[in-house]
Amino acid sequence: MSAYDKVLVMGGSWGGIQASIQVLQALPSGFKLPVVLVLHRLRNTESDLQRIYEKKTKLQVQEIEEKELLRPGCVHLAPANYHVLLERDNTFSLDVSDLENYSRPSIDVTFMSAADIFGKQVIGVLLSGASKDGSAGLKYIYDKGGQTIVQDPAEAEISTMPESAIKLVPGCSVMSLGRIQEYLLSIT
Amino acid sequence: MKVEDEAQFEHDVEELMEQVHLQYGYDFRGYSRASLYRRIKRFVGNTGIENMQELRQSVLGNSFFFEGFLQEITVNVTEMFRDPSFFLSLRQNVLPILSTYPFIKIWDAGCSTGEELFSLAILLQEEGLLERTKIYATDVNQKVLRQAKEGIFPATNIAAYTAGYYASGGKKEFSEYYVSNYGSLKFKSYLIKNVVFYPHNLATDASFNEFHLILCRNVLIYFTHALQERVFKLFDESMVDLGYLALGKKETLSLSVINARYQLTDKSNRIYRKAS
Repeated sequence: MSAYDKVLVMGGSWGGIQASIQVLQALPSGFKLPVVLVLHRLRNTESDLQRIYEKKTKLQVQEIEEKELLRPGCVHLAPANYHVLLERDNTFSLDVSDLENYSRPSIDVTFMSAADIFGKQVIGVLLSGASKDGSAGLKYIYDKGGQTIVQDPAEAEISTMPESAIKLVPGCSVMSLGRIQEYLLSIT
Repeated sequence: MKVEDEAQFEHDVEELMEQVHLQYGYDFRGYSRASLYRRIKRFVGNTGIENMQELRQSVLGNSFFFEGFLQEITVNVTEMFRDPSFFLSLRQNVLPILSTYPFIKIWDAGCSTGEELFSLAILLQEEGLLERTKIYATDVNQKVLRQAKEGIFPATNIAAYTAGYYASGGKKEFSEYYVSNYGSLKFKSYLIKNVVFYPHNLATDASFNEFHLILCRNVLIYFTHALQERVFKLFDESMVDLGYLALGKKETLSLSVINARYQLTDKSNRIYRKAS
């Protein structure tokens, strides 16, 4: 069905930038999985998020453009003020419909869309955040047979997001950032 | 209704969309699937519909139900001064050039409920161009066109709109442009005195005039590449030489055959200019 073994989708809000950088820093430049990263961002504000990730990681980083192709080893960054969806031809669709969980981009929207397209191949990772966005999406991934990982709330800068997900998806794997790194390195 | 089998759901939706096309003339073949499926799931979730069979019967058997369905599955969400940097660039880089024409024609394609239209009209007013500009505001959806004509928007967004207005180079008190009442903002009607509203379907309708500026921001994101290409050609036919095309911040002409005739005036705000 798809050209990829696995697709990594990550979400976070408050504290999510730091946490995701810490995870992605460990990945080598030959890392094979496509990564889709959805962070809650300020709307209508220019930001240098792409440059920050380029500087801190060895991976390619690309803020998502309309109809762009999902690429192995690339961190695709959700743009401010758009929802990000995936299509069957492995391209991205953007969407400016209503906020979900007071957020656009919403983590739920991207997690669910990825699970619809890639099913069991999805690895969903939910990080620190002061929002419940992402929990329903993670459950959706879980129900479709994908893998679900939540940052250990004890270690998260803000534990609301991981705690909410663990409550809704008791079968998820709770890991420290260090364990998440090890796990991602082990599968490629 | 909860979708258990994604493949079956998608198959049922495709069948329904074919029947909708036959019966009502609305053609969704050129729409991006991910967004369309997601909104249909939301619709059936919110209306308490039990299964796809029930949805099919309601949509095809009841034209009022179909109207509501259509509203929900097409995205009409919009805001004033979305991307203030775009409006600032329009003010600084495009309007001064347009001001050299004796008469200016602008097409706001997919104007939805009019938030962007009023933002544009305010800019034109402040740059002294409103009197000699005619704006054609079109949308496939007649209901949102009626709303756009009213110029009434919820006051809940006022803080963001006001901030957007100043960030886009606003020169006055933003409150000069509207009256606030009952939780709503009613924008002054002189702003749209020279606006003509009419229904136009980018997926099927032809070019109807020539323009100095065409705005179509975050409309094409819902279309497939093939339909986007049709629309780009339509815009190209409807554009004077040296005219401007404004797309959404994450939309691009670069995959289109018309790209060769266009140059980027402002890359980050996706403002293109047609060559002479």
